Amino acid sequence: MLEIKNLSARIGDKEILRGVDLLVPDGEIHAVMGPNGAGKSTLSYVLAGRDGYEVTGGGAIYNGHDLLAMPPEARAAAGVFLAFQYPVELPGVGNANFIRTALNAVRRARAEPELDAVAFLKLARAALKSLSMQDDMLKRNVNVGFSGGEKKRNEVLQMALLQPGLAILDETDSGLDIDALKIVADGVNAQRGLKFSALVITHYQRLLDYIVPDAVHVLAEGRIVKSGGPELALALEAHGYAGLAA
Amino acid sequence: MSAAVETRDTMGALAAAKYKYGFTTEIAMEAFPKGLNEEIVRLISSKKDEPEWLLAWRLKAFAQWQKMAEPQWARVQHPPIDYDNLYYYAAPSGPAPKSLDEVDPSLLEMYEKLGIPLNERAALAGVESPTVAVDAVFDSVSVATTFRETLAKSGVIFCPISEAVRTHPELVREYLGSVVPAGDNFFAALNSAVFSDGSFVFIPRGVRCPMELSTYFRINARNTGQFERTLIVAEAGASVSYLEGCTAPMRDENQLHAAVVELVALDDAKIKYSTVQNWYPGDADGKGGIYNFVTKRGACRGRNSKISWTQVETGSAITWKYPSCILQGDGSVGEFYSVALTHHHQQADTGTKMIHIGKNTTSTIISKGISAGQSNNTYRGLVKIMPGASGARNFTQCDSLLIGDECGAHTVPYIESRNASAKVEHEATTSKIAEDQLFYCRARGLSEEDAVGLIVNGFCKDVLKELPMEFAVEAQKLLSVSLEGSVG
Repeated sequence: MLEIKNLSARIGDKEILRGVDLLVPDGEIHAVMGPNGAGKSTLSYVLAGRDGYEVTGGGAIYNGHDLLAMPPEARAAAGVFLAFQYPVELPGVGNANFIRTALNAVRRARAEPELDAVAFLKLARAALKSLSMQDDMLKRNVNVGFSGGEKKRNEVLQMALLQPGLAILDETDSGLDIDALKIVADGVNAQRGLKFSALVITHYQRLLDYIVPDAVHVLAEGRIVKSGGPELALALEAHGYAGLAA
Repeated sequence: MSAAVETRDTMGALAAAKYKYGFTTEIAMEAFPKGLNEEIVRLISSKKDEPEWLLAWRLKAFAQWQKMAEPQWARVQHPPIDYDNLYYYAAPSGPAPKSLDEVDPSLLEMYEKLGIPLNERAALAGVESPTVAVDAVFDSVSVATTFRETLAKSGVIFCPISEAVRTHPELVREYLGSVVPAGDNFFAALNSAVFSDGSFVFIPRGVRCPMELSTYFRINARNTGQFERTLIVAEAGASVSYLEGCTAPMRDENQLHAAVVELVALDDAKIKYSTVQNWYPGDADGKGGIYNFVTKRGACRGRNSKISWTQVETGSAITWKYPSCILQGDGSVGEFYSVALTHHHQQADTGTKMIHIGKNTTSTIISKGISAGQSNNTYRGLVKIMPGASGARNFTQCDSLLIGDECGAHTVPYIESRNASAKVEHEATTSKIAEDQLFYCRARGLSEEDAVGLIVNGFCKDVLKELPMEFAVEAQKLLSVSLEGSVG
């Protein structure tokens, strides 16, 4: 379970999160929606451990791990996965090599045996197939020359292989056409299970037609201002965020 | 966050202990008295039982050297070198071993420890097929050369140059100094006067060398300069791939390494020369380390000949080295692939010269410089197209990667074209390892150091893929190890 309590954070002098409270039990998928500048991306970066954000109060515990006290790689080993809004290019680094290195780093941290190249490739090919992706995805350099949709699919591929306990999807739907959106949603849905939870951060209701959340939260001006079921997303789509932030 | 501070501290501790080749070997040595004078030159020559012509050649070089001054144009700084306070010859005492069985066991053990097995047992027993023959140079002498008999069956000569002077004087005399003349530059002149050992390779007409050749240079003795000389000749249609590796103990004083390498490729011959240079770089405060002042040059004398230099330079306090190609034969090809990595207070000024003389000659230069800590890394290159080099082409790409904000990267390309039909292209980039790249890797579970290693290896991929397979793997590890403690 992810338990965020009264979390406050700022960048420089700018307060972004002003006391976020959120519970995501194992097995559930929660959506966080909100207008631009509400702090959605900041929330995902603070949870994943990006430099440049100063936590000024509160905490975030995931399955007993005090996330905010851990370096990013330890959070990954504890099962936290951030699907980036803007996946980063790594020139000269093969995608298969990158994902295998990451997977083995995580497995090492969990005292699991590392996978050799052959075993990994078998696993990766199976994942590609189930996500309807091409094999060349593995041969190309990490995100270099990928279209926007390919970059997001690569995030989902990494998630499928790293098998996180908690996935944070930061506007993974932005810039995706409907086919790519379905592939991404299928990838997340395939992970569903008793030990998998996800925080789906999105601007639009559209993604939630394909990833049906157990709960929807509205983040505005750095706080959760409203929570509800999937119907809340539909209401937001119809009426907008106006009036909620007050 | 406290976790981040802790990570940095751990990495600081790692950095201090990273140079794993820094041990010394206790062995009885003999050395000539310190200092450089005509007498020392004569002593070296007589110790090696050299013919009169070679002594005369050395003495002439010494006379030239005495009139020369150290070059000042490179972007490197060091206190003055006291050439009279160095030993110019140091070697394990006793008669030279005639075969592997006679080599001092503590030397064999040292090479095992360095990962350079000096035995042919596995191959002879048929356990695995031999792929690499090794010449092991320890301070001023070659202590062992493996697989010589196997190579001899193909007509390939691979032996210490001091031996070749006696056994193949006509070849040595024809080619020695023909690419790098004795008075070429200050350090080449010094080397010509006092060179003690190195490798000699001769691939006869039409022969493709059946295995990789390599020389492993080890400096062990204190206050001793290493002045090796390598000469590789590939006759018409011959080809060879040669690799050199270098390490030295950790010492507080600087040590001088001034080598000369000459390559000669005749018609259609191909020479691939790879270097993994990991001399002791000095400690984190810039104390100690090797001064690596090296002259390497290849002559593509024949039509359609090809010389390819690949270097991975991670060691040495100072690197001053410009492996070059003289593209004399029509249609000849020169290549220079380089990774130079500097950390802490290391200084590297390295690059190449491509001299296009023949028609339709082509050259490719790919240089990757990585600077971390307070280091300085300079690419210096010359592409020169002579009037007769119609249709010459060059492509140059120089990329620099900065880690941290206290280091420097400098690119100094010279282009001189005297033929209007020549095409010369130059591309250069400078970048920093972006914070978002590091975070992306760490969010996937990689430690900060592994992330830097991965990104740097990606940056160098175009060069690393030119290395023979087994050395490429070593080089990748070396790059990561050399960068330990560079972030945070």
